[in-house]
Amino acid sequence: MSEPDVLKTLQDAGLDVLTCMQCGTCSGSCPSGRYTSLNTRRIVRKARKNSDMLHDDDLWMCATCYNCQERCPRGIKIVDAILMIRTIAVHEGIMLPAHRKISELVLKHGHAVPINDATKEKRKNLGLEELPETVHKYPEALADVKTLLESCGFDKLVVEKQE
Amino acid sequence: MMKKLSLFLGCIIPNRYPGIEKATYLCLEKLGIDCSDLPGASCCPAPGVFRSFDKSTWLALASRNIVLSEELERDVLTICNGCYGSLIDANNELKENAALKKSTNTHLEKIGKKFNGSVDVRHIVELLYDEFGPEKIKEMVTTPLNLRVALHYGCHLVKPSKERQLGSVEKPTFFDELVESTGAESVDYPDKMACCGAGGGVRSALLEKSLEMVNHKFSRISDAGVDCIVNACPFCHLQLDGGQAEVKEKFGLEYNIPVLHYTQLLGLAFGFSPEELGIDLNVIKNDAFLAKLKLKEPAEN
Ligand code: SF4
Ligand code: SF4
Repeated sequence: MSEPDVLKTLQDAGLDVLTCMQCGTCSGSCPSGRYTSLNTRRIVRKARKNSDMLHDDDLWMCATCYNCQERCPRGIKIVDAILMIRTIAVHEGIMLPAHRKISELVLKHGHAVPINDATKEKRKNLGLEELPETVHKYPEALADVKTLLESCGFDKLVVEKQE
Repeated sequence: MMKKLSLFLGCIIPNRYPGIEKATYLCLEKLGIDCSDLPGASCCPAPGVFRSFDKSTWLALASRNIVLSEELERDVLTICNGCYGSLIDANNELKENAALKKSTNTHLEKIGKKFNGSVDVRHIVELLYDEFGPEKIKEMVTTPLNLRVALHYGCHLVKPSKERQLGSVEKPTFFDELVESTGAESVDYPDKMACCGAGGGVRSALLEKSLEMVNHKFSRISDAGVDCIVNACPFCHLQLDGGQAEVKEKFGLEYNIPVLHYTQLLGLAFGFSPEELGIDLNVIKNDAFLAKLKLKEPAEN
């Protein structure tokens, strides 16, 4: 399989990282970078040089707070770019186990956080119906969600690929 | 005139913090807002994860939720920053980009639905601010609260600002004004606008790192000496409430600060009890706070 062209994909989506002047405002604003190895400026630099970054763990440490995007003096949509690089990674089969798990929950229940017995009990005590007015209560609605997920190929996307 | 609304519940509120759902129903009724259920809605889907996994999947699921509300001829009311961000961004993109709308509709066709772009997406905080305003809310309050509140806006209520257009992102005030409408004081504290650390799939995949981020907030809030934290997002709520127990377990630090969604705070100011609003169902149990709420009259001290 040929390497995906990250820079081109970003540019095609109108995410121009080439104007980055490496000032570091993004990294300096990053709450995650204080506790993790995430270095936002480095991600942008790698994207600019189109070097391999799909296996970079830092990609998954962004909490999407948008500080960097708001403050970038060049107006680069940094978070949008990070999310797009994640998309490319996921389509290459690179995904954290926890994220696969959440995806499976949505595939099965239509909710990333499905209901549990403890919450059903709380709902009853509050005078609410045991099941909320969501796909949990309407099986035909859940079937529609599953049809959409399948139509988008999401089921195939998130199953572990054998390298 | 304000458009009719349908309530989009999302995942965490109905499935983990139903007290917020109940508080929302009670507040909407008191406020006289015409808001129906949105039967059959699913996950928004969560923007930080699904949106970054596959855009077509994100748009298909988000648009289905919006279409359910279009069918009711109602705007979508969200009570979660994540749901708000996901649905408003999807709605705007689909309204503006004909090609995306077309490709999304080819998926929706398979379930007999079609995205038209006929409704808007609202968040309860910006809705109350725009349609009522702090003064009017204040007039409606029956039980003014004597509380010191550490307000947590949550990132996706105001950012990305180009999409949200709710004023300053570095130092917004609209939410503080709504908090103060209840009689409470919104106390300033360092790093007030800092992220709770839960978003972007960080909490689910890198719990410990995400707790370090929220612990920083806890220490700032704790120094400010407040009665409770108020938010408008169940994912922040989960991180701020459940996160305190996890921080205690992992780092041995104990804060014991009660956490309320804005609808729960407003519910108290409308005279509902903490039990009716499910405040006692939080992970963090703080009897002193509950006792203080029982003193209906604002205490003189
Ligand atoms: S803030 Fe913008 S210009 Fe500065 S390093 Fe980051 S991406 Fe580059
Ligand atoms: S959006 Fe992500 S990369 Fe940017 S400042 Fe926030 S956590 Fe850091």
